[in-house]
Amino acid sequence: MSQSFDEITAQLKRRHRKSARLKWMSMGALILAAAFLVVFIGDMLVKGLPAFQQAQVQVEVSYTEQSMQIPPAAVNDEVRNLVSRGYLRLIPGRMRDNPELMGTTRMEWVLADAEVDQYLKGHYTRLSDSQKRTVDRLEEAGRAELRFNTRFFTSGDSKMPELAGIASAAVGTVLTLIVTMLVSFPIGVMTAVYLEEFAPDNRLTQIIEININNLAAVPSILFGLLGLAIYINFFGVPRSTPLVGGLTLALMTLPVIIIATRTALRSVPDTIRQAAFGVGCSRWQVVRDHVLPLSLPGIMTGSIIGLAQAMGETAPLIIIGMVAFIPDVSTSFTNAATVMPAQIFTWAGEPERAFIEKTAGGILVLLAVLISLNASAVWMRKKFERRW
Amino acid sequence: MNQQNADIETRPTHKHERTPGEPVNRNEDANHELSVRVRDLKLWYGNNQALKNINIDIYQKNVTALIGPSGCGKSTFLRCLNRMNDLIRSVRIQGLIEMDGRDVNDAKMDEVALRRRVGMVFQKPNPFPKSIYENIAYAPRMHDLVSRKAEQDELVERALRDAGLWNEVKDKLQEPGTSLSGGQQQRLCIARAIAVKPDVILMDEPTSALDPISTATIEDLMDKLKKQFTIVTVTHNMQQAARVADYTAFFHLGELIEYNDTRMMFSNPHTKKAEDYITGRYG
Repeated sequence: MSQSFDEITAQLKRRHRKSARLKWMSMGALILAAAFLVVFIGDMLVKGLPAFQQAQVQVEVSYTEQSMQIPPAAVNDEVRNLVSRGYLRLIPGRMRDNPELMGTTRMEWVLADAEVDQYLKGHYTRLSDSQKRTVDRLEEAGRAELRFNTRFFTSGDSKMPELAGIASAAVGTVLTLIVTMLVSFPIGVMTAVYLEEFAPDNRLTQIIEININNLAAVPSILFGLLGLAIYINFFGVPRSTPLVGGLTLALMTLPVIIIATRTALRSVPDTIRQAAFGVGCSRWQVVRDHVLPLSLPGIMTGSIIGLAQAMGETAPLIIIGMVAFIPDVSTSFTNAATVMPAQIFTWAGEPERAFIEKTAGGILVLLAVLISLNASAVWMRKKFERRW
Repeated sequence: MNQQNADIETRPTHKHERTPGEPVNRNEDANHELSVRVRDLKLWYGNNQALKNINIDIYQKNVTALIGPSGCGKSTFLRCLNRMNDLIRSVRIQGLIEMDGRDVNDAKMDEVALRRRVGMVFQKPNPFPKSIYENIAYAPRMHDLVSRKAEQDELVERALRDAGLWNEVKDKLQEPGTSLSGGQQQRLCIARAIAVKPDVILMDEPTSALDPISTATIEDLMDKLKKQFTIVTVTHNMQQAARVADYTAFFHLGELIEYNDTRMMFSNPHTKKAEDYITGRYG
């Protein structure tokens, strides 16, 4: 005797309730995760966006013999503490470069002190009440305002927050990643090609495989120690340089590229290899002419993701001295340099309040670069995706 | 299965002196110049013996069909002829496969040279994911068979004409080979194989992935191509073997049970096992 529809429906109710509950729970988890992301990005935006603006004040600058000797004398007492000390120090140099300035007095927009900047942005400031009144007066007269902070993108680190920028770190990152890619891409791809297309399947290659997979999971700071021991202490590569940083990050990126390349090679169907062998290709020709071109999009995607990982890495670089105060933009692979995450790390440890927004601003720039790198990887995968 | 030993010589044998490897009956219309001579060929996948004492003479400019139930070793045997089994790591081979006076398994034989003379067409059409033109031109260029662009163009056209594909693709040579229909892809693969002017073309169930019309086209093509090439084909389709082959070899459980003139094989098989298979009692 079979059950009636009503009986079955009654039983099903409980099952349906259960699946509805599960559905809501998983949706809740998703919403929670999304909320975390929104809070994180929102917080970074609120804290970091002000870093892209910097206060400037319009003051009278007199270019005299005296300001050549004692730069602060170029502006009058009242506003002297409101102008960036770092900016004042640049005055003698500017006078030397432009002799026609000598003996003139001009109204100029100059970089304000970080405290003025913080005051204008409504943050806590150490300005005295009279200084605040002066700033208020200047602001009312249209002589103090927030302007786009080009310096943030064009100058290196500084102890004075109003002068600090990410340029040296950005260039350091680029130089370091060039070294990383030049080393890890060819070695990683060729290793994967050998393991996937040439190597016999024996105990030795199995051990190598397992260890490569393990290497991808090794805490990154250990790579820093390895870099310190091998590159700096043994080979004598100068420390704190993009060269040693890139080599160290290459160690980290290698397993990522090897694994990505092997996956890409494996996704090329064997029928293509057989076709190539069938027309008399040697093993190397099969790889070079057929398998590699077909797996290149996958290899590139994996490499970009590895590159993005390396770009965000800080721990191993601490060990090899790339977390340093680098005010000058590095121009060679063997000059001391720092990288963006290390710069963020340095700023996060600075006592001045104004560095909080620099830190968040640096994070925003780094995030933007990483997101665009990952987006290009996704784009590449979509564009070259092949259906067999 | 228990009759396996008993049935091989149940019928009276033809009273003619045969060397091992010769067909039971000769097809007097066929060419009998030797192309490949196989003696005592044994093959193991690991510990599993897949081919047992295969003796067969394959004649030039004939179609030789290999038939037999799944897993009988016919494809494995086919792949011995151009050493495609080398690509499988656990394979071990014993015995002689002689072509043009040379043992193809000899250490001095370069498998690339062998595959230049023994082309292959696979079960599933597998054109390179390149243009139709490139699919044909790639191998001759790699083997230095052409030096000038004009020569290459001519060779591509020749190969496509021989494969009966030229009229269909002459206006779209730069389109990807994978854009063609299944049957056209398979003819492209045949054109690719003949472009390097091999002696032997191996076909591993070339029509099993195709519709009946494409299959008929390929069968006609095989008939034409055998004027220039020696064709060895594996097929699951006995009607196909009967239609296209001059000689047919019946494999079962790794043994070559019967090698015979195709007409005799299908009208009056020499062994009981072959008869049972052909009449559809198993397989």
